[in-house]
Amino acid sequence: MLNPCRFSLIAPLLALALPAVAAPDPGNWQDVLAEAEGQTVFWNAWGGDSRTNRYIDWVAEQMQAQHDVAVEHVKLDDTSSAVSRVLAEKQAGNDDEGSIDLIWINGENFAAMRDNDLLFGPFAESLPNFALTNAAENPEVVTDFTLPTEGFESPWGKAQITFYYDAAQVETPPQDMQALLDWARANPGQFSYPKIPDFTGSTFLKQALIELTDQDEALYQPVEESDFEEVTAPLWAYLDALHPHLWRSGRTFPDSGPNLRTLMSDGELSLAFSFYPTDAAVAVREYELPESVRSYVLDGGTLGNVHFVAIPYNSPHKAGAIVLANFLMSPEAQAQKQSLAMWGDRSVLDIEQLDTKDQALFEQGDRHPSELPADALSNTLPEPHPSWMTALQDAWLERYGVN
Amino acid sequence: MTTNPTLHIKQVQISLHSEPMLAIDRSIAPGEVLTVMGPSGSGKSTLLAYLAGFLSPTFKAQGQVFLGKMQLDTLPAEQRGLGLLFQDPLLFPHLSVAGNLRFALPRHARHKQSQIREALEQVGMADFETRDPATLSGGQQARVALMRLLLSTPRAVLLDEPFAKLDTALRQDMRTLVFSQLRDAGLPALLVTHDQADAEAAGGPIIELG
Amino acid sequence: MLGLAPALLVTLLVLPVGAGLLMVLLPAFGYLPALGGDAVSLAPWRMLFGHPGLGRSVAVSYASGLVSTLLALAIVVLFLAASRGTWLDRGIRRLVSPLLAIPHAAVAFGLAFLIAPSGLLARWASPGLTGWDRPPDWLIVNDPLGLALMAGLVLKEVPFLLLMCLAALPQLRPEQRVTLARSLGYAPSIAWLKGVLPALYPLIRLPIYAVIAYATSVVDMAMILGPTLPPTLSVSILTWFNDPDLERRFMASAGAVLQLGVTLAALLTWWLGEQCIKRLGYHWVVNGVRRRGSLAITLGGRGLLGMTTLLVLSALAGLTVFSVAGFWRFPDSLPGTFTLDHWQRVLPSVTTPLINTLSVGLAATLIAAVLVVATLENAARHQLPPRAGQWLLYLPLIIPQVAFLFGLVVAAESLNLRPQWSLVMAAHLLFVVPYLYLSLCEAYRRLDPRWLQVAHSLGASPWRAFWQIRLPLLLAPLLTACAVSLALSIGQYLPTLLLGGGRVPTITTEAVAMASGGSRRLMAVLALLQALLPFIGFSLALLIPRLMWARRRNMRGVA
Repeated sequence: MLNPCRFSLIAPLLALALPAVAAPDPGNWQDVLAEAEGQTVFWNAWGGDSRTNRYIDWVAEQMQAQHDVAVEHVKLDDTSSAVSRVLAEKQAGNDDEGSIDLIWINGENFAAMRDNDLLFGPFAESLPNFALTNAAENPEVVTDFTLPTEGFESPWGKAQITFYYDAAQVETPPQDMQALLDWARANPGQFSYPKIPDFTGSTFLKQALIELTDQDEALYQPVEESDFEEVTAPLWAYLDALHPHLWRSGRTFPDSGPNLRTLMSDGELSLAFSFYPTDAAVAVREYELPESVRSYVLDGGTLGNVHFVAIPYNSPHKAGAIVLANFLMSPEAQAQKQSLAMWGDRSVLDIEQLDTKDQALFEQGDRHPSELPADALSNTLPEPHPSWMTALQDAWLERYGVN
Repeated sequence: MTTNPTLHIKQVQISLHSEPMLAIDRSIAPGEVLTVMGPSGSGKSTLLAYLAGFLSPTFKAQGQVFLGKMQLDTLPAEQRGLGLLFQDPLLFPHLSVAGNLRFALPRHARHKQSQIREALEQVGMADFETRDPATLSGGQQARVALMRLLLSTPRAVLLDEPFAKLDTALRQDMRTLVFSQLRDAGLPALLVTHDQADAEAAGGPIIELG
Repeated sequence: MLGLAPALLVTLLVLPVGAGLLMVLLPAFGYLPALGGDAVSLAPWRMLFGHPGLGRSVAVSYASGLVSTLLALAIVVLFLAASRGTWLDRGIRRLVSPLLAIPHAAVAFGLAFLIAPSGLLARWASPGLTGWDRPPDWLIVNDPLGLALMAGLVLKEVPFLLLMCLAALPQLRPEQRVTLARSLGYAPSIAWLKGVLPALYPLIRLPIYAVIAYATSVVDMAMILGPTLPPTLSVSILTWFNDPDLERRFMASAGAVLQLGVTLAALLTWWLGEQCIKRLGYHWVVNGVRRRGSLAITLGGRGLLGMTTLLVLSALAGLTVFSVAGFWRFPDSLPGTFTLDHWQRVLPSVTTPLINTLSVGLAATLIAAVLVVATLENAARHQLPPRAGQWLLYLPLIIPQVAFLFGLVVAAESLNLRPQWSLVMAAHLLFVVPYLYLSLCEAYRRLDPRWLQVAHSLGASPWRAFWQIRLPLLLAPLLTACAVSLALSIGQYLPTLLLGGGRVPTITTEAVAMASGGSRRLMAVLALLQALLPFIGFSLALLIPRLMWARRRNMRGVA
């Protein structure tokens, strides 16, 4: 038995020496699996789309059956609220009984958590399934909005801005930002983008900025290093011209990406976009959109990114969270995720490197007519530095936040 | 049958906001009915509430009340053994006629069923046990209320204008029934009324308030 | 034991509200060491007042609270004045009561689906009446003036105020008053307005204040129907609190204090209005006009309430159609195909939220019922007059949720209380207790004291009299009060979200989470589920006494 008095003296020293008390080591996988058994993992993930919710439900079932880990989906309406919660817990001195075990995250939220030392890790690159991503050939799985992930988050899905339109009503959809403006002039009230700071809406701003500015390099450096006003001037001029022709004349904006889909479904919009290339196809299958809907990517390419899961430093169930992060990268889970019946989110695995049995999992038969042609996604633009996202959001709210 | 004790109201004074309202000092012998008369506002009902143990805390009362040798005014209402009869029969609407009577019987009373039956027979309502009180006529309700009071074996009775709401024909019958039952039971009774006829039917001493 | 109940009740309500307010006030002035704020400063206020659109947010919150309450009160008063107890009036009344049970979010969804340019009304009227073959580009839902929000609030406030009036009316013996005034030559509706309303108003004042406080600070309804650029103050505060930039939390705290000010300002405005009307109204009451306007009142009163009811019912019908709709092209008045897919998709995923909703609701209702009944029983036994302290009970109803719930979260965090079921339940208690008290105290007070006096004089002890007389006599109002409480708990959004940290999902949090994007069809399923639960509660509250007292005529309508 330890003498309690003496122990209380050593404890702070121990804590200094071992910052994460008994943190599981993914390198020792059997131990992690054993420790994870019986744990309940609280996974905070955006819950605004029924498809992702449905997929997470499926993951929870699998985790229970395969690893005896219970997964509770804590549905967020904005990921930033989870960041805020962990930060508040840290400030309140709650360093090992946090309420969040895993966060679905990328971009500026990841940057914010890294800046405030809120993440556990590195763990991602030691996960058994990480090798399947072939990171050496696919740097996007270890890069998040230009920042190296350094193993503090583990990839689980890939998104790319994809436009879709009702071919029954639109003959030739616009192929770049200038054409979009002309199209909006000709078809007033039939296009919009989600209200900033929604991430799909913010991505639209970045998409437009990349096309409109001639200082592309500046976007891949922290925003402080360039003249924000100068770089973004063409964007604001463009938006000033565009807004009067948007849905509701730009006096209000849809709540989110999925909300665009609903408005398409109601016939209020004729052109919309999504982060998921399969979005329109899944919506047609689920009676939300007419079968005449078609998907495409802008001629100059569209922004794409990888989304990740990260573990807060004060998670009490890190082992369970690690096992979950690894499961999310398994061919089985990735194939399910990609299936149109489930979600339609693209895989982060290097499918051609998989063995034939696993490759077969990703076979989906014929492409859905509303789905994006397979070759269209080669044209992916990388995400700017995360600081641009926040700066653009603030500037947008400053300009258009009050109508 | 044991003889009942006398009800002593000893120098009782009730005041509202330190204004004296009424004063009374009387004894009521078993079988006797003391009638208290007075216009509304004279404090008749307040006196009754005081005796029964329901006086609102806004009133202040002095004096003592004894039933035989037992001091009543310090006891909670349910231990005073004072039965109450109001203008309305106040039969519990959620209980049957028999249920109302059963509620009044002391918990350890014997032969409850037959006591109830006999009580109803006494007032000519033998087949009414399972009836909903709401289906009874005014006179029938008044009779059940009286029998309920008697089954609770009170040692004195307080009557608060019990005949005021009955129609004239019925009123005389009920007076006769109530006072004869009280006399037979040998209970001291205090009647509060503003109807001279009630006082005459009671046949006891009368005091005027106000 | 019983004597402790009132103190316990008040502590239970005042302590959390007080702690919550304190933990909002301190950071509003820059002081919250846990977040690195250790000096008092006005920086949060400067940041707040520098925020673009703040003035508009404040104005919309203030105006929507006052306007919606005024409209709802006018509708209720006109209906009561017009109502003559005919079968039509009784029918409308009977339809309105269950509307109270429908949670705010469900009503908001229903209304949004109904009035949106691509909503049901437009579909039914198009293209025949309107000539539209695509939805008009009109800003109806989320309009900058908050008109849609006000409409939604009115729909929810009308049933509440009507029920409060109906509960308070019997003690005023309105029929006698109206009969008397009619014998003096007054038209019935004018007789009611001049003879009953002035006596009724003081009795429903508190519920009106609660409505104003709620309407100025509502979150879930404002998220669905309210303006977006900028949103109402309460919604802005929620966004700032969730911002990863913790500096914003100080600003949010200042915003919460401002919200308290906005609500108090709205209450003050109303109070000033009351004073004016008291002066002017007196002359109107005694000016001797007996008939003028009575026809308008008679028609308007029934028409407006009928329309309110009809709107909510159509909204529910719309939700139902959407919940089974296949693809539904505008302007078809019905979906092209019907499917149960949406129900099949939602039902398996809502088991946990359903269990949480019911367990939190039932536990909070049960605890609140015990506490409230104990308090009322204590007051009744000692014949205590209503005290000034009673106002404290209504604190959680008058102080906007946004203003103290965030502070409560901070307080819980600093006490190391993790987000969990019991915290959510405790937070629900804060709102359930006052409503239960509000709906039960009148019934308790109105119960003829002679019932208990008779029971005591028959030798029944206080407890025996309570169990065998008071409780059965009050069964119907008690069950109704419990149903109101359950409905209230089921509808709670902000307390569930904040104190549960998202870990205690309920049907309501699920439904509002879907609001930001989910498909209309799934939202419709969730909103219907959300409306169904309280409805079951109300049905039971009506049915149980009827079955129990099937053979006791006077027990129908005792309450």
